[in-house]
Amino acid sequence: MSTQIPEQEAEAESSAEAEADASAESPQEKRMAKKAESASYRDAQKKAQEEIEAAERAVQLKVFRYDPEVEGKQEPRFDEFHVPFTKGMTVLDALMYARDHYDPSLTFRHSCRQAVCGSDAMFVNGQQRLCCKTQMSELEWPVRVEPLPHQDVVKDLVVDMQHFYDQMHSVEPYFQGDENAPSGEEQKQTRENREKIKMSTRCIWCGACMSSCNIAAGDNEYLGPAAINKAYRFYMDEREDQEELEEHRLRILEQEHGVWRCQTQFSCTEVCPKDIPLTEHIQELKREAVKNNLKFW
Amino acid sequence: MYEHDVIVVGGGGAGLRAAIAAHEEGADVAIVTKLHPVRSHTGAAEGGINAALREGDDWELHAYDTMKGSDYLGDAPAVETLAQDAPEEVIQIEHWGMPFSREDDGTVSQRPFGGLSFPRTTYAGAETGHHLLHTMYEQVVKRGIEVYDEWYVQDVAVTDEDDPNERTCHGCVAMDIKTGEIAGFKAKNGVILATGGPGQAFDHTTNAVANTGDGYAIAYRAGVPLEDMEFVQFHPTTLPSTGVLISEGVRGEGGILFNAEGERFMFEHGYANNEGELASRDVVSRAELTEVNEGRGFEDEYVMLDMRHLGEERIMDRLENILHLAEDFEGVDGLVEPMPVKPGQHYQMGGVETDENGHTCIDGLYAAGETACVSVHGANRLGGNALPELIVFGARAGKHAAGADMGESKIETGERGDIEYDDTQMPVQPGEAGISGAGSATAAADGGAVTQDPTAVVEREVEAERERVEEMLSKEEGVKHSQIRERLQKTMTQNVNVFREEEGVKQALRDIRDIREAYEDVYVEDPSRTFNTDLQHTIETRNLIDIAETIAMGALVRDEFRGAHWRKEHQERKDEEWLKHTLIGWHDGEPQVFFRPVILEGENKTYEPKERSY
Repeated sequence: MSTQIPEQEAEAESSAEAEADASAESPQEKRMAKKAESASYRDAQKKAQEEIEAAERAVQLKVFRYDPEVEGKQEPRFDEFHVPFTKGMTVLDALMYARDHYDPSLTFRHSCRQAVCGSDAMFVNGQQRLCCKTQMSELEWPVRVEPLPHQDVVKDLVVDMQHFYDQMHSVEPYFQGDENAPSGEEQKQTRENREKIKMSTRCIWCGACMSSCNIAAGDNEYLGPAAINKAYRFYMDEREDQEELEEHRLRILEQEHGVWRCQTQFSCTEVCPKDIPLTEHIQELKREAVKNNLKFW
Repeated sequence: MYEHDVIVVGGGGAGLRAAIAAHEEGADVAIVTKLHPVRSHTGAAEGGINAALREGDDWELHAYDTMKGSDYLGDAPAVETLAQDAPEEVIQIEHWGMPFSREDDGTVSQRPFGGLSFPRTTYAGAETGHHLLHTMYEQVVKRGIEVYDEWYVQDVAVTDEDDPNERTCHGCVAMDIKTGEIAGFKAKNGVILATGGPGQAFDHTTNAVANTGDGYAIAYRAGVPLEDMEFVQFHPTTLPSTGVLISEGVRGEGGILFNAEGERFMFEHGYANNEGELASRDVVSRAELTEVNEGRGFEDEYVMLDMRHLGEERIMDRLENILHLAEDFEGVDGLVEPMPVKPGQHYQMGGVETDENGHTCIDGLYAAGETACVSVHGANRLGGNALPELIVFGARAGKHAAGADMGESKIETGERGDIEYDDTQMPVQPGEAGISGAGSATAAADGGAVTQDPTAVVEREVEAERERVEEMLSKEEGVKHSQIRERLQKTMTQNVNVFREEEGVKQALRDIRDIREAYEDVYVEDPSRTFNTDLQHTIETRNLIDIAETIAMGALVRDEFRGAHWRKEHQERKDEEWLKHTLIGWHDGEPQVFFRPVILEGENKTYEPKERSY
């Protein structure tokens, strides 16, 4: 992710092209293109950052606060924190600084600090982002941090993830290949097939996609992009090759609150911190479902 | 009170594997974890899983490499068990759907790693841990194993005989982070501690914020010795600004290190004339810091790791994740420029003393994974040996706790048998002895009222933990835990780092004494019961203090240079004197150091200590 502004441009472009050809450019390719773009960007950015440091500016954070049992916090409010800016500071760094130096009751989930545990997806300046991999220098200041929308807030920036986990669990998110595969020997998988499922296996369960999805917001039973992607990961894995199993997986996906709910708005794909082409995967499963149903005609 | 046959504390690789194994043995097992399992730090492991799968390789070679890597401080039965069980365990997780990287013929790929005589590191891109963690969590979901996620385990419930070897563990006490409820978890068969590493004792670490070594401190205060704690691995390639790990896989695939003078110093300065960048981690970390200390570093801080020559295709295929990490956390594009790297705390070789079934000297109390010291890694862990340890010893602990007959263990535990006591003079009295009131609540686990009834033991511990929490919440003012933790991290990083000097280590022990005293005045500012991370972190900080102290004590006592433990005043490995493990028992708040000989007699041969050169 280079900056907020190019990202929004990319979003506008991809939504426009999306209907025409969903697979024109994968998020991964986009990312690589962005990398080139960001190289020249970086020089300019370096300068800008040095200027910022020279000015010794403090970042202003506006943070959502709520605690169901503490007087004064029962009504949601925004608190302001002024955090000394340092080069390379992420939104998570800023939150930790505010907590450790000003207000120990400031509450948010975080752990690995390197975009793999998926704990710190939040709503930053109006978009779902992973705080640990979002640079403060790439955001417009003051930076507004809120809990993920469309989920119940437990406290401050912590949301209840249970519904997300329930949806993930509902698609039988586990390998159901041949239980009698010869022991002492691995199952074979082609490089192509591993590549086919690679992006889908990168999901870190951060919930950013689900939170960004309008459909999920309006239909609590909708499986949602992450769960469908999880099912995709197994459906497409050639090591799960029994026909019955494939049909079983499609039945789960095809139900009333499954793949057909997706209206290809691409919001999930845009916010995914792991660049998983979620919308594309959902579309592919729709095609698989159609193919499968035609078989019986 | 919740009740299960087996309680697994921690939902990372070792915990998940233990739970699955216990479940397969027919036990009613539950996982109690302060993070949701998929948030565990196993997910950050990048490089791979060592297992002798292929023709030309065999478990004996793997065992030999591991023993050599350990600088002859691994116990042969543990090392050989790891090497023997790893292939089957790797195949097992492949059968559970693990998306390993593949060869053209569809078999799983393996690559070279530091200190290995055969390319036996099985991997899934540069995100092997992520896939391992998710694959095993999927199996936990499949089996319907109960997971209490975001429950923070504060202590185990152990009977109170004077001799720890006679104690029994009946469960644990945990706090539901979301509501603040403190509840007992009774375990009919056993409790398995799989809480990961203690990296937060240092300030530049690849470890997660959650890696506060809770399991070490809990077992230690319950009476289980901590073993070989002075052996801390500093990974040679972490990003300077954040400590984010850059996998050894980069060097395994051919990445090179150079200094500010453009020299490929591993060869040009003779640190490892044969293996170069792929020498063992301790060797490479010291080489880097020597370069920096002698003025050949970049910005007096780091060296460069270059993988550009591998080409975009190979990098994208096998190391793509590294590109993203370097870009996101250091602003560097690994395809067009070298990546700055420096050593960072990465892994704790030592840990809770267990036998090869994960069992401690306390009946019903187990440890597995990084938390445990079986001991496989001895003085230095080889890259690619942590993940097989998780699955091999996680599975064994799970099976044993569920009641499977595993035969008699060859590794002795507890303060008994062939041991000798240490008489090194500590600069200050370690432990909490002498501090009024400190840990009064936890003392219940170490002594206090005599009871044998399992339910009563758990209930008593629940009461003790409730009191402790009430006390912390009721204080109106004091010191913030974050200040205390910062002081601890600073002194550890300054004094008990890659290079250790006697005076520095003593200073760390004095600082830790002061820090303990400061902790007497710690207070929790957040008054809420709901998701009170202030409270949780405050409890964690206490655990870090106890662990950091054992690291420093071990570092002072061991006056030799072995593996990751370098002492300025003692520049050679002293096999005559030091082929033994350092153990530290808590003794009701008064730490006692003792030693047990290392076991070098393997199944078919005895491992003769040789000079370790790469």
